[in-house]
Amino acid sequence: MTAAVAQKSAAPRAMVEVRHISKTYAGGVEALNDLSIDFAEGQLTSLLGPSGCGKTTLLKIIAGLIPATGGEVKVDGRVVTGPGPERAFVFQDFALMPWASVMRNVAFGLELKGMARSEREAVAEKYIASVGLKGFEKAYPHELSGGMRQRAGLARALAVNAKVLLMDEPFSAVDEQTRRKFQEDLLELIAREQKTFLFVTHSIEEAVYVSDRIIILSHRPSQVSSIVEPAIVRGGGPDQIRRDPAYLDTVESIWQSLKRYLD
Amino acid sequence: MYIGKFRLPIMSSLLIWAALWEIAGRTGASFIIPPLSRIFARIIEIVPTPAFGDALWITGKAFILGNIIAICIGVPLGVLMGRSVIADRIFLPWVNMFLSSPLSALVPVIMVIFGAGQTTIVLTVVLFAIWIVVLDARAGVRNITPSLVEMARSFGANRFQAFSKIFVWAALPEILAGVRLGMIRAVKGVVIGQLLVSIVGFGRLFEIYSSRFLMEHFWALLFVLFAFAFAINEALAWLERRFEYFAASRN
Repeated sequence: MTAAVAQKSAAPRAMVEVRHISKTYAGGVEALNDLSIDFAEGQLTSLLGPSGCGKTTLLKIIAGLIPATGGEVKVDGRVVTGPGPERAFVFQDFALMPWASVMRNVAFGLELKGMARSEREAVAEKYIASVGLKGFEKAYPHELSGGMRQRAGLARALAVNAKVLLMDEPFSAVDEQTRRKFQEDLLELIAREQKTFLFVTHSIEEAVYVSDRIIILSHRPSQVSSIVEPAIVRGGGPDQIRRDPAYLDTVESIWQSLKRYLD
Repeated sequence: MYIGKFRLPIMSSLLIWAALWEIAGRTGASFIIPPLSRIFARIIEIVPTPAFGDALWITGKAFILGNIIAICIGVPLGVLMGRSVIADRIFLPWVNMFLSSPLSALVPVIMVIFGAGQTTIVLTVVLFAIWIVVLDARAGVRNITPSLVEMARSFGANRFQAFSKIFVWAALPEILAGVRLGMIRAVKGVVIGQLLVSIVGFGRLFEIYSSRFLMEHFWALLFVLFAFAFAINEALAWLERRFEYFAASRN
């Protein structure tokens, strides 16, 4: 594991910097308290923690969708004051427009920017194909399965060509088998797209499988409990990863460290 | 419905009532109830007349114009109320009050301000139709999945884009229901407006027929109006069903 840490911590700079972020909700619930984390450029970093630990809150603060009570977030060196074109969000419940076709949904970010129809549809077509939805451009969301809907959601986020992709439990509303296939495709996608991924999940296996780096958060108000960098060799394909002793050991050690939050 | 093994067609109860009406009319019990067959004969007689054509034209204009105004103001206002707590607090008491108040009483007030003409009638239509449009648009917007709103924001939608590309569409099933109910009320509004102003359109015809005790004409006109209201309702209900598929898949 140490070898991998040394290799990675040397090169990449922080694309997303979270500095002393606090968030107290109107009801007095303290979700985050003085949290500071760096997210390295070009990596997939997972936020993992017990349910209700504020990981989605943190992701939405980074997205600029909800304001923090204190502290600041910098993305690519600039302070976040709201949503911006260098970030794109993938929603847990897909958030597709049910009245619009896959094509229009995927091109929606570009449509909002005022890109011409033929131009944005060409871009959307490319990303629809790259997430494996070729042939479904004219389909409507209610005609797709959950997994396919999230592929459309992912294509929409990719189409705007943001530097940072924020993914809020993207696979949690998808059935187990679809999710596995999706995770495998995601790894290919990460290798292909040179982007920074922030990934919120409650699944330890998923986090270990897809992440370069896992940030484990404690109970509310969230603190960084520990940081794990799975030393998994990615080259060998999905079956090899899932049988890799490093994969199994990392899952087990994270489970041991999270167990104490469950009572 | 079945009687024995015989399946009754839909609306067959209407036939029984029609028969009763015909019998009552033929006994001559009251001049108010002429036989139904004569009323229908009268419909065929008066519909092609220029007086009816003029009345239909002027009524149709007031009805359509009033509805357009009610929709163009009502939908944005309803969306605004659904999105903004402040706007909701300011407007909701008024909307609720007007929705349940006897609006006919206000028509003479409008008439005093705008005179006894087409403007008054159009405003009466607006007054009758708009409140349910506002309330339904508001309800629709409040039903929108929060993540759809977040999605629009995160991809950089400005207020106008959020309104025209998300809110109106996401609330479309409710908005259409509101428009349909608004139009049914607008039928009342246009006739009441014309009756109170009593110099134009169907209102004038009603006034002529009832003051001269032409009950067959009176009923004939009423039946035509019933048919119009029914047709409008059915057409919009059909449109609503076409958009209902995504009402279920929104959440």
